[in-house]
Amino acid sequence: MKGTVLEKEKIEFLEEKARTLRVSIVKTLHKSQSGHTGGSLSAIDMITALYFHVMRHDPENPQWEERDRFILSKGHAAPAQYVALAEAGYFPKEDLMMLRRLGSHLQGHPDSKGTPGVEVCTGSLGQGLSMANGMALGLRLDKRNSRVYALLGDGELQEGQVWEAAMASAHYRIDNLCALVDANALQIDGEVERVMNVGPIGDKFKAFGWNVTEIDGHDMEEIIKALESAKLVKEKPTAIVARTVKGKGIPRFEHKASYHGVAPNDEELSEALLCLGCIED
Amino acid sequence: MKATRDAYGEILAELGATYRDVVVLDADLSGSTKTAVFAKKFPDRFFNMGIAEANMVGTAAGLAAAGKIPFVSTFAIFAAGRAWEQIRQSVAYPKANVKIVPTHGGVTVGEDGGSHQSVEDIAIMRAIPNMTVIVPADAVETRGAVAAATAHKGPFYIRLGRNKVPAVFEEGHEFVLGKGTELSPGTDMTFITTGIMTAQALRAAVALGKEGISARVVHIGTIKPLDQEIVVKAARETGAIVTAEEHSVIGGLGSAVSELLGETKPVPMKRVGIHDRFGTSGKAEELIKYFGLTPDDLVEAAREVMERKLG
Repeated sequence: MKGTVLEKEKIEFLEEKARTLRVSIVKTLHKSQSGHTGGSLSAIDMITALYFHVMRHDPENPQWEERDRFILSKGHAAPAQYVALAEAGYFPKEDLMMLRRLGSHLQGHPDSKGTPGVEVCTGSLGQGLSMANGMALGLRLDKRNSRVYALLGDGELQEGQVWEAAMASAHYRIDNLCALVDANALQIDGEVERVMNVGPIGDKFKAFGWNVTEIDGHDMEEIIKALESAKLVKEKPTAIVARTVKGKGIPRFEHKASYHGVAPNDEELSEALLCLGCIED
Repeated sequence: MKATRDAYGEILAELGATYRDVVVLDADLSGSTKTAVFAKKFPDRFFNMGIAEANMVGTAAGLAAAGKIPFVSTFAIFAAGRAWEQIRQSVAYPKANVKIVPTHGGVTVGEDGGSHQSVEDIAIMRAIPNMTVIVPADAVETRGAVAAATAHKGPFYIRLGRNKVPAVFEEGHEFVLGKGTELSPGTDMTFITTGIMTAQALRAAVALGKEGISARVVHIGTIKPLDQEIVVKAARETGAIVTAEEHSVIGGLGSAVSELLGETKPVPMKRVGIHDRFGTSGKAEELIKYFGLTPDDLVEAAREVMERKLG
């Protein structure tokens, strides 16, 4: 597939989509003045690939039974999922300006009760993979072809429940499940390696019985290839360990733990929009 | 005499035939919790999750999100205790259709001791929004409660016990979610009880009758949402209340009744239960005495509230 005109156009379309969504993330967070910038920007390329190429889903019918499911286990990256859902048409883009406000369906962390397209509640780290397992098992019982995608943070892997779940995914041979690890190497208190080393991540998943692919989480072509290959793996869950950059796309935010839970101010927004190739409105 | 966990195993296997979406998860205790009966009949819909309760609850939430009706069982301390935050975040917060049905609640777990005797589970489950909390008195009520939980969408916590218990309800008794039951009429005071303590209260009421004290017995199967009407009516009509539960007096039925009556109809009250202590090893019947949960203890408590009421 690599190198074909269609594929190249597709990749360019997705890269442009990701750029648009980065703009949307910084604008949304600037408006709310609260939320997680760094981890939203590191995850957005994978989220773009999922919502705009890989997953079968229907924004007109969020409960479509044959849909693929996405769980944002690192729920603090909610802005990344919200902008993708709005862009796909699950709800009006204006809703984004109400992020984290009283009465808004866009809660600080994903809440399935209010937001169309959000499947479960996440935000308390370490719980998403278990829910993904359950969902995948339920779909398998119903003999549906739907796949389940769970996006985790690398810091999140410090939660023991993740490994309970990883054990169960392999034990039950859940091959309609794909876990993506947004390995941006930073968590609130600093470098993951220094706070509590979780590496080698790929080897750990392999030892737990998973099929593992390691990629550059900002290379759209690698992301698509990894996600498509995962569909062909039978009898095993697949983990895509994606090396990413926290704050990716805006140099001031890149590789900085300090932007984990901080929204951009006016000056940072202007700078971010310039970096992302747009002039401020 | 029949254990509520035995009744659970049977009804679950029966419901499995009616409800094709019922799935069951256990954490390596299926022989004890009796989910093994379901597992044998419906192996494809049974998931042994190993000794990993947090993941078990999360998996159940995912199954519910895929349209299943998951039942989750282990011992009460590991369900409510170990997996509390998973129950809160993954089950109750999204209102997932998950039924947490632990066995081995309370001190009558016996010889295994304090580590295995859950005396706080009702309190911590009751504190979670969206959660319905049920403690059946016997096998018949267990069947009714499990069937009701299957038919009603949303999170349930149904606490069952290890040991054989006497029948309180007749076969065919209809379980009504959220409704208490007056099992014995009375005008001088009321026992408001749950779980195994209801049978104890019925015995205490007979003993008090011989002393000329007319004791009402109200069984509360659904602790949350509490049947406020039956509780307030008992306070109004009898003017003295003794609650009893095989659980800490902090946060359980006694607390729920106190909270309600404190705001509506304060009357002399006493809470019989475990007084801010952990359990300990021993035979179930010894522990019932050790922790002051016998009919004699209830009679004593009734006399005390009567004295306060009349004094």
